[in-house]
Amino acid sequence: MSGAFRIPAAGRLKQAKTARFSFDGQSYAGIEGDTLASALLANGVHLVGRSFKYHRPRGILSAGAEEPNALVQIVRDEARKTPNVRATVQELYDGLSANSQNRWPSLAFDVGAVNDLASPMFSAGFYYKTFMWPKAAWKSLYEPKIREAAGLGVSPDRPDPDHYSSRYAHCDVLVLGGGAAGIAAALAAAETGVRVILADEQAAFGGSLRFESGARIDGQDGFAWAQAAVAKLAAMDNVRVLPRTTAFGYYAQNFVGLVERVSDHLKTPGHDLPRERLWQVRAKRVVLASGAIERHMVFANNDRPGVMLAGAARTFLNHYGVAVGRNVGVYTANDSAYAAAIDLKKAGVNVAAIVDLRDNPTGPVIDEARALGIEINFGRAVIRAGGKLRVSSMTVQPKNGGGERTIPVDAILMSAGWTPSVHLFSQSRGKVAFNDETRRFVPGTYAQDCVSVGACNGTDGLSATVDEAYAAGAKAAKDSGAKAAKGAKPKVDASESWSRGMLGAAPGAGPDTTVKAFVDFQNDVTAKDIRQAVHEGMRSIEHVKRFTTNGMATDQGKTSNMHGLAIAAETLGKPIPEVGLTTFRAPYTPVTFGSIVSHARGPLFDPTRRTAIHPWAEAQGAVFEDVGQWKRAWYFPKGGEDMHAAVDRECVDVRTKAGLFDASTLGKIEVVGPDAAKFMELLYTNPWEKLEPGRCRYGIMLREDGFIYDDGVVGRLAPDRFHVTTTTGGAPRVMNHMEDYLQTEFPHLNVWLTSITEQWAVIAVQGPKSRDIIAPLVDGIDMSDEALPHMSVREGKICGVPTRLFRMSFTGERGFEVNVPADYGQAVWEALWAEGQKHGATAYGTEAMHVLRAEKGYIIVGQDTDGTVTPDDAGLDWAVGKKKTDFVGIRGLKRPDLVAKGRKQLVGLKTKDPKVVLEEGAQIVEDPKQAIPMKMIGHVTSSYWSQNCGRSIALALIAGGRDRMGDTLYVPMPDGVIEVEVTGMVFFDETGGRLNG
Amino acid sequence: MLLIRCPYCEEERPELEFRNAGEAHIARSANIAGESDDDFEKFFFIRSNPKGIIYERWRHIHGCARFFNAVRDTVTDKFVMTYKAGEPKPSKLPGAAK
Amino acid sequence: MAKAAAKTTASPSAERRPALAGRSTSATGVKVDVLAPAERMSLRAPEASLAALSKALGVTLPKQPKTSATKGGRTVLWLGPDEWLVIDEAGNDPLADCAKVTALHSAVGISHRNIGISVAGPAAEATINSGCPQDLSLDAFPVGAASRTILGKVEIVLLRTGEEAFRVECWRSFSDYVFTFLSEGARDAAG
Repeated sequence: MSGAFRIPAAGRLKQAKTARFSFDGQSYAGIEGDTLASALLANGVHLVGRSFKYHRPRGILSAGAEEPNALVQIVRDEARKTPNVRATVQELYDGLSANSQNRWPSLAFDVGAVNDLASPMFSAGFYYKTFMWPKAAWKSLYEPKIREAAGLGVSPDRPDPDHYSSRYAHCDVLVLGGGAAGIAAALAAAETGVRVILADEQAAFGGSLRFESGARIDGQDGFAWAQAAVAKLAAMDNVRVLPRTTAFGYYAQNFVGLVERVSDHLKTPGHDLPRERLWQVRAKRVVLASGAIERHMVFANNDRPGVMLAGAARTFLNHYGVAVGRNVGVYTANDSAYAAAIDLKKAGVNVAAIVDLRDNPTGPVIDEARALGIEINFGRAVIRAGGKLRVSSMTVQPKNGGGERTIPVDAILMSAGWTPSVHLFSQSRGKVAFNDETRRFVPGTYAQDCVSVGACNGTDGLSATVDEAYAAGAKAAKDSGAKAAKGAKPKVDASESWSRGMLGAAPGAGPDTTVKAFVDFQNDVTAKDIRQAVHEGMRSIEHVKRFTTNGMATDQGKTSNMHGLAIAAETLGKPIPEVGLTTFRAPYTPVTFGSIVSHARGPLFDPTRRTAIHPWAEAQGAVFEDVGQWKRAWYFPKGGEDMHAAVDRECVDVRTKAGLFDASTLGKIEVVGPDAAKFMELLYTNPWEKLEPGRCRYGIMLREDGFIYDDGVVGRLAPDRFHVTTTTGGAPRVMNHMEDYLQTEFPHLNVWLTSITEQWAVIAVQGPKSRDIIAPLVDGIDMSDEALPHMSVREGKICGVPTRLFRMSFTGERGFEVNVPADYGQAVWEALWAEGQKHGATAYGTEAMHVLRAEKGYIIVGQDTDGTVTPDDAGLDWAVGKKKTDFVGIRGLKRPDLVAKGRKQLVGLKTKDPKVVLEEGAQIVEDPKQAIPMKMIGHVTSSYWSQNCGRSIALALIAGGRDRMGDTLYVPMPDGVIEVEVTGMVFFDETGGRLNG
Repeated sequence: MLLIRCPYCEEERPELEFRNAGEAHIARSANIAGESDDDFEKFFFIRSNPKGIIYERWRHIHGCARFFNAVRDTVTDKFVMTYKAGEPKPSKLPGAAK
Repeated sequence: MAKAAAKTTASPSAERRPALAGRSTSATGVKVDVLAPAERMSLRAPEASLAALSKALGVTLPKQPKTSATKGGRTVLWLGPDEWLVIDEAGNDPLADCAKVTALHSAVGISHRNIGISVAGPAAEATINSGCPQDLSLDAFPVGAASRTILGKVEIVLLRTGEEAFRVECWRSFSDYVFTFLSEGARDAAG
């Protein structure tokens, strides 16, 4: 038997399929199709958690997503411990293990409950008032302690082993909410043939039809009709039906985020199944059919386990076949709770009494309740619930005061009325309007192409709802381009009535009381707290919300907002619309990080780019470094070398023999067209018109403000064709910068740009033996110094494949850069490597490359420059074409600050102690004895140990640096001041003879 | 995620394919080298940053790769219209221009 | 070193090692395959040159956005108002065909820059929509439709080759990411 409170004749679950589960270590049996909440209730368990602040015992309030109390931790295994799961949403599976939260040592005896006794201390604004001083204690003491004491479950401490997927989807009509309204709208739209998506957060479609025993549509029970209609929709090619799917955010232009819980309800989720699937839907029209949420009555101790919403009790009975008690009381201010009493009574549950705040309501449900022999008390209030871990009684009093009477009960079903769910409408930037007659906020002004139907639109009654929804579905389809519908509108044969209910605190929880009548269960906010906030000066509902934390818990005030607002309005003596409604923000219910991240984890977190030569370097044991998204070989340690030893060896080998370097990541752009040279003249500081085809030039690119943006060697392949190289990191932005000018400032030029970064693998061969290594493999290129001088380029073949062979050097040695189509990169590298072995060549990585270039004073844009460095600052004024009348940055270079004396200039630094290597970024001062804060005149941009120089070397940006040659400056560091001498930037082979050596 | 109509692709495409490129209709002088400090300051540094209608440049960088111009309301974040690079600033905006 | 004369003796051709060669994965309703190397060219040209270039290439350059044209194993994709991607799977080099054309244009070889990946099967559309924000329904993205767009965090070129078949092109170093992304998408596409 799946619980003593299961009523076999009631509900829709098949008794045969038992599911065993545990809660706080205790084993229970439920039925497949149960939620954890219904299964617990079937076993008579109401106490499921402790409240956030006062640690009060709490039970199950609702049967849906609005649940504020029944938050549990679901534990699948060590890595899968999901906190804050609503027991009313979690579907039962065989073997489910759940634990209560926020209690110690046990749920029934919780030490933290002392807070309940000390509650006068914890009133509204408590956090703001109590933990102000000393300020430093907030982070170190108060916040950690508060978080510890007021926990909401425990975060898992291992990487999430599940995977999450995502999908972009487009449709004509997106219907959010799968109750009668949503289904009717989806049917109307789907029948026209347009693309429809219908989503509902529950496992079973039907919405309120899950509990409305009095609804009949098209000759069937309402719930049965819903199942048949959804099955019909699911079978249609143009419809996607998404159960267990919550629309959590409504963004611009009908872009809606939904999370589908794919496998949390399964005993053993298949390996390929994601845990959740994020749907990002773009809809031409959206139909909001999000229903309404029942409000609780605000009275003393209304949070005792066993006190719950009437509609929830009905759902547990009519859908799950569970009686929430054996002797229940009903406290209501509207008709719908009568239906709960009637259904329970018919199922054999004793209904001790109905207490109705209204004076003399009439109607068929009241007549029926009376006919069933249920005691009905009009004009009376429940002023308090008795019991602690479970409600044991309700105390009734005439609403205007008088004698009290206590009635023993084991559950209280309450209903203050229904609040339209305007969350998504509000998120869409629609403005709600207050209806004075029905006292509720309903959709007013729409901001997007959407429409609200049914209960969320304030439409009462099943018949009116279906009429409205069907018409809206058809119109949405038509507006999205559909032809006329072919179907027939569902016919409502019988329905239940709705009535408006009340807002705010009930009698007995009025202004002059100090009782704990809860407005917001999850954040422990009482009616008294709201009033106190007003008394302390809060006027706007936004302030009241923040001061009391009303509506700020994970349930975002789904049950509490309207009550809180009404109490604030009453206290302020203002009508509700003047106090205003807080803004609804996404997400509607909490969304896992997993879903938000979806595929972007592990190897898909960010692309990892590897060159064609990467596999070779990996096989050689290279250590890689990240350069943007690229993996670049950093150094190649041999036989236990550390980085320092490997880099020293690589640097020496390049200068004494030769080295091979993978330069494939350099950005490359092919500039083609009759105006190619004109374009280059405009984008670079250098002159290009007269550069002969077959020759190269080092180019500098500026921004319009005159500062260095990028640099690189450019080869002219033909009069109308340039092969431009950029820095590795600069490749995409340089391309964008060039396209920007070409398309918007110089569109008259006949020239086009194509990224060829990845077309060519680039192998730098540098060093005195470099030509000897390359020459045997090359066809059709004269490798002599006369035919192929420094800074030239030829097209030909190497190893039988096409090459663009550059004679250039970033080391100061004789050097080449061999470009070959990327797929040949590794084979050509291997051929060059084999040839290189005859000459003792080494493979070198980016670290050695950096050292070698620094030895020559070659700058690295982005390291030795920082976006505030001009060509002159960097000692590169020679690269600026003095006769040019225009290039990007020409005007910026003339700005007063850029021509002023005393600018920071790039110079070399030698430490007085040659063994000391400066730290990059270290600040430089003239006088180390001056008072702190010292005047800093510059900083170190590059610094290395140079084995070739036998000492440390550094580059630095220093104010007036070139006028300080030979001066001694100081670098203050935590463990002492380092003395340095200002020098030129070239530390090795100052005459440059080795370029042809 | 917004939808942005690309005037070259002639359809609305997802915002992810686009990149904003700053304020539009700021022309670079043909004689920029001879420009006064004040004029260069206006051209390079000064932007209008309005509350309401802004004329700005976008690039359909992951689509047709073209730069184009857009009129957007910075309050509602709604695009009023888009048009090709080089076309003049529209004198009249569709709908009720503020 | 003495003058090194231009050599004329042919060296043995270096081995071609395409990225991800032969990689393939399948899931319910979809198969993802890395395609064989192809000849590719980025073609840029003004309107006035299109007739001459179409003639030289043997396929009419499409002028409508988001379209392509195919003839004899050669597909030309409209990428922008003056930009086409030419993919030749028949082994004929489009660069050579354009070399003779005197009309204004830019032709740049990018055969090795891109990797082609086929995504085929009833769940192909859903696979690509796992990371591509465009509407890929047949109405919005019919057979032959072509577009540069986004997959996850990278740029791709997407071509619909059949009602249930796409060709995804990406840059070489992004191919590992793209293939992995499509594999993840494929795993979930039947759902």
